Amino acid sequence: MPLVYAGVCSHAPGITGRKHLVDQASLSIRDEFYKKFDEMRQQIESTRPDAMVVVAAEHFANFFMDNMPAFCMGMADFYDGPIEDEKWLGIAKTRIPGNPELSLRLIKSIMQEVDLAYAQEWKFDHGIIVPLHFLTPKYNLPVIPVNINCQGPPLTPLHRAKIFGEVLRRTFDEVPERIALIGTGGISHWPCTPDSGKINHDWDARFLNQFLNHDLKGMTSYSDEETYTEAGQGGFEIRTFITVSAAANGPGDWHYYTAELPVFAVGCTLARLMIN
Amino acid sequence: MSLYYVQKLIYQINRDENIRRRFDENFNDLLVDYELSDEEIHALKKPDIGLLYVLGVNGQLLMHYAPLFGIEWFDYLAAMKQGIEEHGPVRAGLYAMTGGGKSFAKENE
Repeated sequence: MPLVYAGVCSHAPGITGRKHLVDQASLSIRDEFYKKFDEMRQQIESTRPDAMVVVAAEHFANFFMDNMPAFCMGMADFYDGPIEDEKWLGIAKTRIPGNPELSLRLIKSIMQEVDLAYAQEWKFDHGIIVPLHFLTPKYNLPVIPVNINCQGPPLTPLHRAKIFGEVLRRTFDEVPERIALIGTGGISHWPCTPDSGKINHDWDARFLNQFLNHDLKGMTSYSDEETYTEAGQGGFEIRTFITVSAAANGPGDWHYYTAELPVFAVGCTLARLMIN
Repeated sequence: MSLYYVQKLIYQINRDENIRRRFDENFNDLLVDYELSDEEIHALKKPDIGLLYVLGVNGQLLMHYAPLFGIEWFDYLAAMKQGIEEHGPVRAGLYAMTGGGKSFAKENE
């Protein structure tokens, strides 16, 4: 009983850090989004996971262009976060437990097929801590972070994100622990640029349709240039969705999306996949 | 143009407490450790958020640099737009990734 939950969620820092800047008319939408996030927490808890593997697209908190891995997995006893200012992000600094022994087994197995870097020190940025804030708010579930390079070109190719997901799944199948897998990021957005708040609703709808229908061929068909032009640099984070889709090997059976919270600078997305 | 080192400096200020302390106590002394042009040093010290954006600094780094100088979120966004007006399209980095250096910022289309 290895993979017990597979899902994706947005991780934009505005979700927690700019919640007070949501206009009055949209407060009910914000609160509905938070309610759905909590529903996702309940879904995960009902599967009684032993650990949560979070596939994220971190933003120069740990990885920089001096030594940028295509894939990296954490192997630490604990992880501190957020690395950002607490007030800016709206999340207090805390320590999240890891499971280095489980990480070691996963990494050794994944390395048989994927050139995976590992890290025994990792400070969580909003890409991981925002989802944890909602999905394991007591920070009492061991977390194993994973990063895919979605920030510093040349980026991890989409088809390799798919292969990585398939290998993750095979590896999860080898261990007795019950694992919840969460991908965080995307879809279209132009975060922290002059176009912050802009969303390509049609692009989101197309990609989300592919994701919910387990259309990996479609999801891996985008060039980075096309994604950048149509979905912004934030669109590069679809790699995390692709990995989770490949690992779950199934379509979506629950999701939420709203483009009505521009101050969060992303089309707020939550989804759960069937595990086949 | 040494965008790599501009971004590395901001990256290290954001994540390394010792570098952050040097930034707070003697920024000029810290700047010597990086290969920076006069224009980049000027933009970092002022700070000219708009020029840093035009020079190509990634927003994921820049949005944490701005608050160090008390620049609030909407002022940060406005500073980048003003930077494009004053200095032209983004010159390097991710935001000039395609189109021969043409910025894809909406304001420039």
